[in-house]
Amino acid sequence: MTYAPEVRERLERDAKEIIGRYPKSRSALLPLLHLVQSEDGYVSDDGQEFCAEMLGLTKAEVVGVSTFYTMYKRKPAGQYHVGVCINTLCAVMGGDQIWEELTEHVGVGHDETTADGKISLERLECNAACDFAPVMMVNWEFFDNQTPASAKQLVDDLRDGKDVAPTRGPKKLCTFKEASRVLAGMSDGLAGDGPSAAGPSLEGLRLAKEKGWSKPPREGAE
Amino acid sequence: MTTLTPVLTENWDKPDSFTLDGYGDYSAARKALGMDPDAIIQAVKDSGLRGRGGAGFPTGMKWGFIPQGDGKPHYLVVNADESEPGTCKDIPLMMANPHALVEGVIITSYAIRANHAFIYVRGEVLHVIRRLRAAVQEAYEKGYLGSDIFGSGYDLELVVHSGAGAYICGEETALLDSLEGYRGQPRLKPPFPAVAGLYACPTVINNVESVASVPSIVANGAAWFASMGTEKSKGFGIFSLSGHVTRPGQYEAPLGITLRELLDMAGGIREGHRLKFWTPGGSSTPIFTEEHLDVPLDFESVGAKGSMLGTRALQIFDETTCVVRAVLRWTEFYAHESCGKCTPCREGTYWLKQVLKRLEKGQGTEEDLSTITDIADNILGRSFCALGDGATSPIHSSVKHFRDEYLKHFEIGGCPFDPAASTVWGKA
Ligand SMILES: Cc1cc2nc3c(=O)[nH]c(=O)nc-3n(C[C@H](O)[C@H](O)[C@H](O)COP(=O)(O)O)c2cc1C
Ligand code: SF4
Ligand code: FES
Repeated sequence: MTYAPEVRERLERDAKEIIGRYPKSRSALLPLLHLVQSEDGYVSDDGQEFCAEMLGLTKAEVVGVSTFYTMYKRKPAGQYHVGVCINTLCAVMGGDQIWEELTEHVGVGHDETTADGKISLERLECNAACDFAPVMMVNWEFFDNQTPASAKQLVDDLRDGKDVAPTRGPKKLCTFKEASRVLAGMSDGLAGDGPSAAGPSLEGLRLAKEKGWSKPPREGAE
Repeated sequence: MTTLTPVLTENWDKPDSFTLDGYGDYSAARKALGMDPDAIIQAVKDSGLRGRGGAGFPTGMKWGFIPQGDGKPHYLVVNADESEPGTCKDIPLMMANPHALVEGVIITSYAIRANHAFIYVRGEVLHVIRRLRAAVQEAYEKGYLGSDIFGSGYDLELVVHSGAGAYICGEETALLDSLEGYRGQPRLKPPFPAVAGLYACPTVINNVESVASVPSIVANGAAWFASMGTEKSKGFGIFSLSGHVTRPGQYEAPLGITLRELLDMAGGIREGHRLKFWTPGGSSTPIFTEEHLDVPLDFESVGAKGSMLGTRALQIFDETTCVVRAVLRWTEFYAHESCGKCTPCREGTYWLKQVLKRLEKGQGTEEDLSTITDIADNILGRSFCALGDGATSPIHSSVKHFRDEYLKHFEIGGCPFDPAASTVWGKA
């Protein structure tokens, strides 16, 4: 199967715009693989062929790269790709228990997708939000300070098609494909949504203000 | 008593801190573009700023290595891959205050005479990527990026590039390969990136926080920056507290603050518990215990006590936590993330994982303890890049401080800890 002409045309237009940002075209390979996932939900055969054609590479070269990176999925991810951080800090704070209960609840394991295509699960490494442990990510948006109950509720809501909002992110969660398009380098206009910072990110600043602590005055000031 | 010094975190509580309105008018970049580039490099040298990505290399000196008048394009690549376990400062910084980074990019690029810069950001942080792109877009619209910036005749293009999930891409040469569209595997050094980096051209690679600190140096002066911190570790840095503390979070303070002081600010260890072990700078830095509460958190003092300041990622664990479980999980991480290029790391992390699994289940022997330290000895210093070295830190330091706890596992034939007790919802 190859892309329908109108799909191909749209992908080519996006691909050319992305390639144009780089001094050397091959640098666009990672973004183009994200672009393919925004179309197919995974790095499909056709998609990798497409990347190869756009960049003048062999398909083997493209596959050699795509298989190196964990964000490129070899089979279709769910509409909502749900990750649980199981690196040490989150695991200890409850991530292990969340993972156990969640896989049981959803009925699929690591890197597997439910039969209805809605949910896929992944064991994640540290996602740079340890002060919000235990951390989950859905389509790479933050769901901070989770519990086994909140995790199961979250997945139920997603399956029921309810609107779900990340703790630090847009008002409404995007799909995996929409998220992949942002990763490819296209804007979805949602940067203004959500807080600047929240919770733990503000603890130090809050305390400094309360105590009247600040940085030293500028050189030559006063 | 050390107090907090919010600089990069100062505007995070403004609802629009991530926009130009909430940030400011790039007055530091404006000032810098009126200066001689070498004077900027000198100011950053004088400030004493050292890399905030873990290794602490002097930033101004790194910039000074870029050959000038060589006729080749120069590049600045910002390392925004933040994936070292425990490290969680660059991500909230870019979410709340992306313009500090963009302004830093302009000044740094101008100083090293680069006309093209990249921010390589890990892919797993969608909203951070949106915020960065929006900030870059705003800067272009204002004429702070693009051609003839501030009418100075200086041109700069800035691209936000998303990674795709690989811890090793935070290693600077692996990052360059990844940015060129290859598998992210480290390169042989020399040549160093300052000579042959991106597209074989002179390249500076700096951490997000390093670059974002530059505007404050230009605006306030090198002496201002150097007035904070210690003799050889100048300035401020973001300290990230996570784990079993009352108020985990980001605390921006002069280098040299101690964990005791930080814990005091963060409300102490969670109620009813006490400190057991902690990492000063991420999982690749040897663990510390209560005995190290008063070690000044600067590059020298932490090093003198056998660990590393790293990324100031203070992961705090109380007495409910099994150290063997913690070390096994970190080791699984290193085995998973080993890029496979060199044998000591590829094979060594795999074997460490196997033996640790056995130990954690209480099925090990005392001999296994020598086995893991032997394997770690064979990785340390023999690996192609610092990932392998980092993998040995939890092993060596945990066996040193908690040998008895390893022994206990096989004495009783299992783990003596209840994992439920260390969870957030676990009862004391
Ligand atoms: C396995 C590994 C992962 C790393 N990850 C990062 C990272 O995510 N961010 C970072 O700034 N530096 C990281 N580093 C350090 C970089 O190689 C490099 O030293 C740093 O980006 C230089 O910037 P600085 O001088 O401003 O600190 C990593 C190093 C290794 C070995
Ligand atoms: S030390 Fe590990 S990560 Fe580094 S090059 Fe060797 S195999 Fe790859
Ligand atoms: S360990 Fe889970 S986000 Fe860092």
